[in-house]
Amino acid sequence: MDEIQIAIAERVAEEQRHHKKAQFFWVWGALLILTAIEVYLTYQNMAPAKMLTILLGLSFIKAALIIGFFMHLRYEVSLMKWLTMCSVVGCFIIMTLFMLWDAQRVVTLGVH
Amino acid sequence: MADHVVPHDIPSVYEPSLFGTYSKKIGMWLFLLSDSLTFGALLYAYTYSRISTANFQGQTPFHSESIVNATIMTAFLLTSSLTMVLAVRASVQKDQKNQTLWLLATMLCGAGFVILHGREWTHLIASGMTLPMFPAPPGQEINPDFARVAKDVPQFASTFFTLTGMHMLHVTLGIVYLGVVALRKKFIPILLLLWLVAWLGTPSYSPFHYGAHVILLAAIVCAIVVWLKPKVYDSSDVEVAGLYWHFVDLVWMFIFPLVYLMSAKIL
Repeated sequence: MDEIQIAIAERVAEEQRHHKKAQFFWVWGALLILTAIEVYLTYQNMAPAKMLTILLGLSFIKAALIIGFFMHLRYEVSLMKWLTMCSVVGCFIIMTLFMLWDAQRVVTLGVH
Repeated sequence: MADHVVPHDIPSVYEPSLFGTYSKKIGMWLFLLSDSLTFGALLYAYTYSRISTANFQGQTPFHSESIVNATIMTAFLLTSSLTMVLAVRASVQKDQKNQTLWLLATMLCGAGFVILHGREWTHLIASGMTLPMFPAPPGQEINPDFARVAKDVPQFASTFFTLTGMHMLHVTLGIVYLGVVALRKKFIPILLLLWLVAWLGTPSYSPFHYGAHVILLAAIVCAIVVWLKPKVYDSSDVEVAGLYWHFVDLVWMFIFPLVYLMSAKIL
């Protein structure tokens, strides 16, 4: 690494030295609890659409916790946060739109 | 294009990093963003197969036993993420001993995940959920439920094995990556030993028999990297490795509910 890169890495490390250990345990606990809720819901025989909505919602919360705390994105500068998240979300929206038309047709006509 | 350097007296000017961090980390984030699209495409393929196949719903083979197994696998991955973040914390505090210990703990949790996943794959294939490249072992009694799934809903086996196989490959490579960061060149002989154990310890019909060669390939690549650029990995290297590891965990947070929980047949 050149000197500039070393200086930036050192500054980033300095910022991370102040992160509290306890917060990582809290996040880990929250992730385990959310997983337990997901498994509990599996045994409740819900309608598939309702269950899918809830499970996806919980998955997005878990993803946000992992990205924000474990991957440290919440401590990055705004440009980094917004550019990375908006680009990936944008790509997934495009993928969803492509699939949605056919999925809608299948759901309307039924698969059975 | 200019093919020579023009000497001048202008001093070099460096712009501050646009993203406020070092290039290696930005590079890893860009890789992870592109990799997330790969997994996204595989998840969409799985979902599309599911909603467009009449027999898919209600025929998937995940009973309580599979759900318990997948839940333990999830716990392993979540715990590995905690140990990974503690390794990063130790590295920024220049605590070399704890950094290595937490990295090894992360690798151990990752290995637990791979072993449980491998056991599940072996059970599914042995029970009759086969693909042309994953044939059932000779002389094994086929479970009619699994054989029906393989026959009536072939999309399930193909999308399931592709998606989870791709994820298992990422976890395996993640373990190798962390091993190199933690132990550097000392990890190469360990990798070669693991390859021999995985290759010789699995029967020839098992997908893990030839899949073990991934470890050999990884050992060769790691040996070249360590030989060409020997260095002590610092906190930035550990953090970048951590980003990769957390991403693997992140992807599983979608595979677990969409593939396992949504397909559970609780009896």
